[in-house]
Amino acid sequence: MGYALSLTVAMAVLWLMLSGHYDSTLLLSLGAGSAIFASALAWRLHILDGETSPYHKLWRFFVYWPWLLWEVIKANIIVIRTILQPDMVLTPRMVRVKTMPKTDMGRALFANSITLTPGTVSVDLDADEVIVHAVLKELTGKEGFADMAARCARACGEKDPVK
Amino acid sequence: MIFATSLLLMASMALMLVRLLRGPQLYDRVLAVNSFGTKTILFLCVFAFLIGRSDAVDIALLYALMNFIATIAILKFFRYRALDVALSRTRRRGEAR
Amino acid sequence: MSDLLHILDILRPYVAGIALLSGGVIVLIGASGVLRLPDFYTRLHAAGVTDTLGTLLVLLGLILLSGFTLLSGKLALVGLFLLLTSPAATHAVANAAHKAGLKPRLGTIQNPSPDEAKGDAS
Repeated sequence: MGYALSLTVAMAVLWLMLSGHYDSTLLLSLGAGSAIFASALAWRLHILDGETSPYHKLWRFFVYWPWLLWEVIKANIIVIRTILQPDMVLTPRMVRVKTMPKTDMGRALFANSITLTPGTVSVDLDADEVIVHAVLKELTGKEGFADMAARCARACGEKDPVK
Repeated sequence: MIFATSLLLMASMALMLVRLLRGPQLYDRVLAVNSFGTKTILFLCVFAFLIGRSDAVDIALLYALMNFIATIAILKFFRYRALDVALSRTRRRGEAR
Repeated sequence: MSDLLHILDILRPYVAGIALLSGGVIVLIGASGVLRLPDFYTRLHAAGVTDTLGTLLVLLGLILLSGFTLLSGKLALVGLFLLLTSPAATHAVANAAHKAGLKPRLGTIQNPSPDEAKGDAS
């Protein structure tokens, strides 16, 4: 029930933001109807759970995202400097990262964070490892991946984060 | 400033077209199309300010969603040669959790 | 306090212009990287530069220009969509290439010519 309610509220906020109509009663009621209808469809599809409606634990991500943003900016500077060198020197590597968060959502967040950081792309994803392609060998440090995995696990509410 | 940014975005879109035409592998081309789409979205946002109408941002929003779905659809088609294949292997149709 | 706000309001278009121009330049750098880098897997990283920092800077500049309105909310939504979907799309392309058996060039590559690794055009 909480999932349905938070999904409906999120849909209504999205509708208000996209339409920009606040004065017509007909349009507002149609918007509210469509938000409720979308939630009802999600409930009938049996997909209404913490993955499709994660809004009640979103506050944890607001700790993770600023850190990720800073990492992304740092990695961007490294990759831009590499591209702009007249004598380009690349040291591409394929590495297996074994430290992973335990929940599905944590693993998805971890792989997406690796891909979002320029210089590293997650190429394949398994239950207990990610295969990562990195453009420079400096970007494949084990400590960095372990740190990111621990932060992802914490952002998804795991009690005992990976070491 | 806005005009200069739109010119820079147009130039990078042209570079993407070069990669699209030259890219030796299929995947280079898909990557170029996807990246071209990202630049189109940014250009549409800048274009909204250039002509002073905010409608173009709505088109950019739609394009952001379509671009993602188009990339996934192209990749899926070239892997299975069909689009009506389930992506998930563990859960079948009509099966509840 | 109101003086400080006033100064910030005067500075706003300039900061927005700097953000827009640097975002455009970074998008161009990413695009030239996609042209210059030697093989598919390394080109992914150059496309990632455009997807993250270029997008963020251009949209930040536009949000600063529009101020606190519905339009800036929509621009933030565009940025959110892009940042959520671009890693998924990049991973999908990389995974498809990996599953299809495309081998990356590893080791140290110096001064690569852009189309050195010519594969069969599939």
